Amino acid sequence: MSEQGGPLVAVIVFPGTNCELDVVWALDCAGGRGELVFHDVSDLSRYDGAILAGGFAHGDYLRPGAIARFSPVMDGLRELAQAGRPVVGICNGFQVLCEAGFLPGALQKNAGLTFICAPANLKVERTASALTSLCTQGQILENVPINHFEGNYTADEATLRSIEERGQVILRYCGPSGDTSEEWNPNGSANSIAGICNEAGNVVGLMPHPERAMEEITGSTSGRPLLESFVESARQSHGAALGVK
Amino acid sequence: MTESVSSGGERPLHLQLGLTDAELEEIVSILGREPNEIELSMYSIMWSEHCSYKSSRIHLARLPSEAPWVVVGPGENAGVVEIGDGLGAVLRIESHNHPSAVEPFQGAATGVGGIIRDILTMGARPIALADPLRFGPIQAETAGGPQGVTEAEAARNRYLVKGVVSGISSYGNAVGVPTVAGEFDFAPCWSGNPLVNVFCLGVMPLDHLVLAVAANEGDYALLLGSTTGRDGIGGVSVLASAGFDDAAASAKRPSVQVGDPFEEKRVIEACLELFEEGVVSGIQDLGGAGLTCATSETAANGGKGMRVDVAAVGRREEGMVPAEIMASESQERMLAIVAEKNLERASAICKRWGVTASIIGKVVPGDNLAVVDSSNEAEDVRGLGFESSELVPVAEVPAASLSEGPKYERPMGKPASIEAMRQDSPDSLGAGPPLADALMNLLADPSIGSAEWAWRQYDHQLFLNTVAGPGRDATVLRVKGTKRALSFSCDGKARWCELDPRLGAAHTVAEAARNVATTGARPIALVDCMNFGNPEHPEVMWQLSEAVDGIAEACRALDLPVVGGNVSLYNESGGRDIWPTPIVAVLGLIDGLTAPPPPMGWNESGLSVYLLGQTRAELGGSAWAWRHFTHLGGEIPMLDLDAERRLGELLRTLAETDADTRSSLISSVHDCSEGGLAVALAECCIEFGVGLAADLSEVGELESLEPHEALFSESAARAVVSVQSENEAALLAAAHHSGVTATYLGSTGGNRIALGMVDISLDEATDAWAGALERALR
Repeated sequence: MSEQGGPLVAVIVFPGTNCELDVVWALDCAGGRGELVFHDVSDLSRYDGAILAGGFAHGDYLRPGAIARFSPVMDGLRELAQAGRPVVGICNGFQVLCEAGFLPGALQKNAGLTFICAPANLKVERTASALTSLCTQGQILENVPINHFEGNYTADEATLRSIEERGQVILRYCGPSGDTSEEWNPNGSANSIAGICNEAGNVVGLMPHPERAMEEITGSTSGRPLLESFVESARQSHGAALGVK
Repeated sequence: MTESVSSGGERPLHLQLGLTDAELEEIVSILGREPNEIELSMYSIMWSEHCSYKSSRIHLARLPSEAPWVVVGPGENAGVVEIGDGLGAVLRIESHNHPSAVEPFQGAATGVGGIIRDILTMGARPIALADPLRFGPIQAETAGGPQGVTEAEAARNRYLVKGVVSGISSYGNAVGVPTVAGEFDFAPCWSGNPLVNVFCLGVMPLDHLVLAVAANEGDYALLLGSTTGRDGIGGVSVLASAGFDDAAASAKRPSVQVGDPFEEKRVIEACLELFEEGVVSGIQDLGGAGLTCATSETAANGGKGMRVDVAAVGRREEGMVPAEIMASESQERMLAIVAEKNLERASAICKRWGVTASIIGKVVPGDNLAVVDSSNEAEDVRGLGFESSELVPVAEVPAASLSEGPKYERPMGKPASIEAMRQDSPDSLGAGPPLADALMNLLADPSIGSAEWAWRQYDHQLFLNTVAGPGRDATVLRVKGTKRALSFSCDGKARWCELDPRLGAAHTVAEAARNVATTGARPIALVDCMNFGNPEHPEVMWQLSEAVDGIAEACRALDLPVVGGNVSLYNESGGRDIWPTPIVAVLGLIDGLTAPPPPMGWNESGLSVYLLGQTRAELGGSAWAWRHFTHLGGEIPMLDLDAERRLGELLRTLAETDADTRSSLISSVHDCSEGGLAVALAECCIEFGVGLAADLSEVGELESLEPHEALFSESAARAVVSVQSENEAALLAAAHHSGVTATYLGSTGGNRIALGMVDISLDEATDAWAGALERALR
């Protein structure tokens, strides 16, 4: 952890990433300290956690995350994850984590086949994760923006059943009163899944952008509990021994 | 020198390239000899209407461009105004009309890419885009569209709308610049010739300002970004197929430019790092006329010469001739002028971002642009022709003669039809359809109803600056690290400009300034995009000249400097010129933003609703007349610039947020324009689903008007506000102080839009309005 200013967080920048400055700003709002880390860095041992920011890593060429997963920084992220430090992928970062095998499943094109930039309501399904530890079970986070073309979460049936059974679904799209039926599913995601975690709960991917919902003046503060949870988790994992490759 | 170009039996080459005989004579007199083919092609693109503004410059000079806060005015890549805290706002507007007519997706995408580079060129990070768009009708006459529109025409226009919007979405989102605003209008004059304008805003520390200048001898010219292909080569292709290599002629067919937002994103980040580290002494983006423009302008601006080796330019196609390399409009390229001592650092930064950087030229004594081609030289010289003074240039011309270009005073004439149109008053139309139907029709019109279908495809939130986003009268972006915010609005009023280009253009400025004022901002700068027809038609030149005078007049009255602009001519459809379509973007500054400015609509019951400004019987050029009768005639509304100014000042006072209470005196404010008072009031109800109970027939101010005039007249200098009852006295006092009429209309609440003369269901109105564009596109 830094001497002052909260835990130190690596905010990963691939060529084409574009939400990195927003994530650094939002981490500051949440009591953390973000530092931009370029994708060619493989040693992340000095960081208490990492966020893969949204955007279009390597132009999303081939498919989102398909090239980014070969970057040197993935080794560093793997070490952080194995050491139990929080690693969160937002939007394109989620796509990268799925491509790289950190998380199960994949993100395909939205059911409506258009890009969607719009607010969404999220229901917290599990609080034992790096992103939801300060939330309450069933809490509704209103107006957290989504901003993607490929946010339609999918996985084979067995995987879906498995992540549901193990409680790896942490966020679902919902209506204003928590209804998670298809009516409120903006992109066709299986089971209205908006965010998932690994079994340990320290690796999280989500399509919505909590960093865009941190301040009243830009329309919503519903992202705060998520990133504040992340910062808290990074604080607690400070010093956790890095695992063996 | 190669042989003279007018040999052979065909039309002389200069004519094929679009130069006139007189222009050729001018070139011969500049050079003191006949130009060779390469030189001729360079002149032809630089002296094109697009690059030289040869028909419009004489008129644009009449626009006021000065104010104490203007740092860079017209003529550079973008205007720059000081906004305090050592920061500058950088703004520009451009058109990509013709490429979008041919290939809507790539045309719109590359338009976005081009304007981003214009902002970047000044040293600023581009922070926001906006897209004013004009298309032919997307509804056939049978589906509620204008008279005479067939389903085939409407279907073609729908295809163009979808292509353009997805091009903007695809490129803008991926390049990482949010698209925070946009607007649509539809009319037959734009069928086949859509207008795709794009506005971009940047913010920069003023000490990072970089200009397009190559002033130091010995500095190198670095070409950054994409490889160079035959994209966008227009007239120059004539050269390529005129006998160099007939067999390959088909392979040299010019193609539409293709955008690569990923390349552009890397170019942006690399350039911002170059500026940050202070390693470039000048920079210019490559847009129209490609390398010819970038090299000649930087050299001419620096008062120096430049030597360029085309063999050093990385190419993506085989067999390109020097004229093609110099003319290519391949996207995502920048020309940086770098001192020798900084070359290594500059290259390292580019390499880190995966941006190719090649030294292609050098700043040299004199004032000539010399193009050499070392492709056939020995290996130790190849690609380094700019270092050697021994290679004979394949082209050599005074740099400034390319960028200055000719200036024409084309003949002007008032259109013969205009008086008859003005005499065709909407009074002849009678009262029109039942008032409730008329209001519902207008709310469901794709020019008036919600454009959410489009802007939910645009990332409009990136950078966390968007305080008021798309769908508002004006966009508000905070400036992080300061208490300030920027507000802007893009507007165009083509129907009014067709009836009266001078007054219509002045209204356009007034409306954009009024929109900005509703956010509490003080308008500080304007850029314009002048979309007009064929300048060889005297009527079009008259329209352009009148519109320039209208903009100038309004800008003078409102203290608005014009800091940049773009002119797009030859917009014709089916042999007919488009309506004169000046689009303006007005930028405003909010000095202390502590909370979002008031919304457009009322979000609670029991508020008192007031109309600010006066309503007259002014339906000439109105949406009501157009929507129901495809009627365009009569006099357009009068414009009282003093009233606009006073209303603007009042709106600023009312909308300003108090630093302590974080609220403003008024609860909502909405500009009253297209569709008149009824549409404005309905929109205020729709935003938060809170109705209105009013009886407009009882309102003294409106009593003397026919009901359809009271509801749909488009008198200018008006706005609708709502206030808590405890603030009514303060509102009235402020209005009185500003000399603005404030008329009580009614009280908020309920689920009806009840205006006395007309009473409609809020739910039905919301459905009609919310899905307007999406429904019309099905």
